[in-house]
Amino acid sequence: MTPTISLNPIDDLGALLTFPFMVNALEAGTIVAVLAAVVGWYMVLRRQSFAGHTLSVMAFPGAAGAALAGLPTALGYYLACGAAALFMGGARGSRGLGARGRGYGTETATIATVQTVGLATGYLFLSLNHAVLGGTETLLFGTFLGVSRGQVLTLLVVALAALALVALATRPLLLETIDPEAARARGLPVAALDLGFLLVLALAVAATSQITGALLVFALLVAPPAAAQQLTMRPGLGLVLSVVFALVVVWLGLGVAYFSIYPVGFYVTSFAFAVYLAARLWHARARRPHGHHSA
Amino acid sequence: MFAHEFVRNAYLAGTFIALGCGVVGWFVVLRGQLFAGDALTHVAFVGAIAAAVLGFDERVGLFVLTLAVAGGMAALGSRGQADDVVIGTVFAWILGIGVLLLAVLATSPQGGTGVAAANTLFGSIYSLSAAGSRVAAVIGLAVSAGVVLALRPLLLTTLDSELAAVRGVPVRAVGVGFLALLAVVTAESTQAVGALLLLGLLAAPAGAAHRLTASPYRGLALSALIAVAAVWGGLALSYEFAALPPSSAIIGLAGAGYAAATLFAGARMRRRQGR
Repeated sequence: MTPTISLNPIDDLGALLTFPFMVNALEAGTIVAVLAAVVGWYMVLRRQSFAGHTLSVMAFPGAAGAALAGLPTALGYYLACGAAALFMGGARGSRGLGARGRGYGTETATIATVQTVGLATGYLFLSLNHAVLGGTETLLFGTFLGVSRGQVLTLLVVALAALALVALATRPLLLETIDPEAARARGLPVAALDLGFLLVLALAVAATSQITGALLVFALLVAPPAAAQQLTMRPGLGLVLSVVFALVVVWLGLGVAYFSIYPVGFYVTSFAFAVYLAARLWHARARRPHGHHSA
Repeated sequence: MFAHEFVRNAYLAGTFIALGCGVVGWFVVLRGQLFAGDALTHVAFVGAIAAAVLGFDERVGLFVLTLAVAGGMAALGSRGQADDVVIGTVFAWILGIGVLLLAVLATSPQGGTGVAAANTLFGSIYSLSAAGSRVAAVIGLAVSAGVVLALRPLLLTTLDSELAAVRGVPVRAVGVGFLALLAVVTAESTQAVGALLLLGLLAAPAGAAHRLTASPYRGLALSALIAVAAVWGGLALSYEFAALPPSSAIIGLAGAGYAAATLFAGARMRRRQGR
């Protein structure tokens, strides 16, 4: 019983909004888009996409473990993501190794190991719970359509908390990201900032995963911010652009998915990728020197 | 336990897949390409699903798509490597396609998606046929041999690409070739440990080896050894405890190995610093 698109945007929008589940989905999607776009902007700047992806995948053991222990799923998500952030933040490369030296390789090895051990544990939980066939797909790919009022409110609270933390710490965080040595020289608590950011990232990821599923939260965490950073490196403008892109992607994705039998995740990711590609093309063309201008 | 053929097949395939992952993984860690490896493993999953949708043998889809994406990443990056963000966005997009394909598969007459998806994601080492496990062993061996044969150019291009270029080593070709090897070992190992957990076999034993020694020869050997030990231990444990999935056991052991190596290396460094 797929609703048909009438190609009249006002009518279509009206049709969408008559359903409470759709309204919830749009609200949740909006909150998630803003949160992911802002936190993701810093994550991309700090080149921590791999850590972000790992955190997003932690939602799987979190949900599976919660199901096994009879806890609320959301709690499982937050706990698993938080634990992973602690493991990753706590196990940085040993002192004395440079960023691009051996420390670099083993730091990613830590992230990769945390990720797969987390997934392996999640699979174990799922197997113990005899839910192998049913649960996996939803956990990994999620659904926007099945969001409750309560979830929307929780998301709002979490998002406001995370955004507040980021806003408070933005200057030291930016300095520490761009020039860690200068930050250290100024006495900024670099290790604490690193761990703190990872924890905020974990919060953002756990919140988003509940809606988009573990594997696709990345589409909102990376693509809109990366697209924004193709166009500008200024934080203010970049953050705004990132949020705008994320909102467009989520609203279009939800809207189109409503009229289609195909899952929301596919549309959201595809639109996100398209936005990123467009930004890259724009950036490449803007950079191209014009032949008849003087160099 | 070895009286059962499915167990023998699992050990045969597992041993050589572990060998391949340990050896290739050591370089993946050194070259900082774990994220690309992560992406490739997810792509492998989508390849298998795509093949199922189109009616091909899953393994064809696995290999074709993984190799294609590896080639793409090599082409998009400098010296045959690829940028953080490009990897992230490309593979998030490919996963989106995977979602679509899963949905298509679920509505198609083939059905049984849940099991197929779970097997591809988390492995099904005990369902390998004798022929399948032999193929896996050969591929694992071949990939390891490839790395060992190309050891010097690989090391040189990884540690000092400028010097390599000056000496006439084709840096880009080596980079592409290495990603191809990674793609092959990824696609093959997916059947054993699954697309989602394979990264653990690539990362943890290699990471442990890198923590323990800087020597390439000892590092490669150690990495392979830890990987094989993880597979043997994991298979034995999962045979003993039926509720424990083999892939979970294997990755758990590999992770424990990495944690142990990290702690040991940390303690060793503190001892040397006289604390």
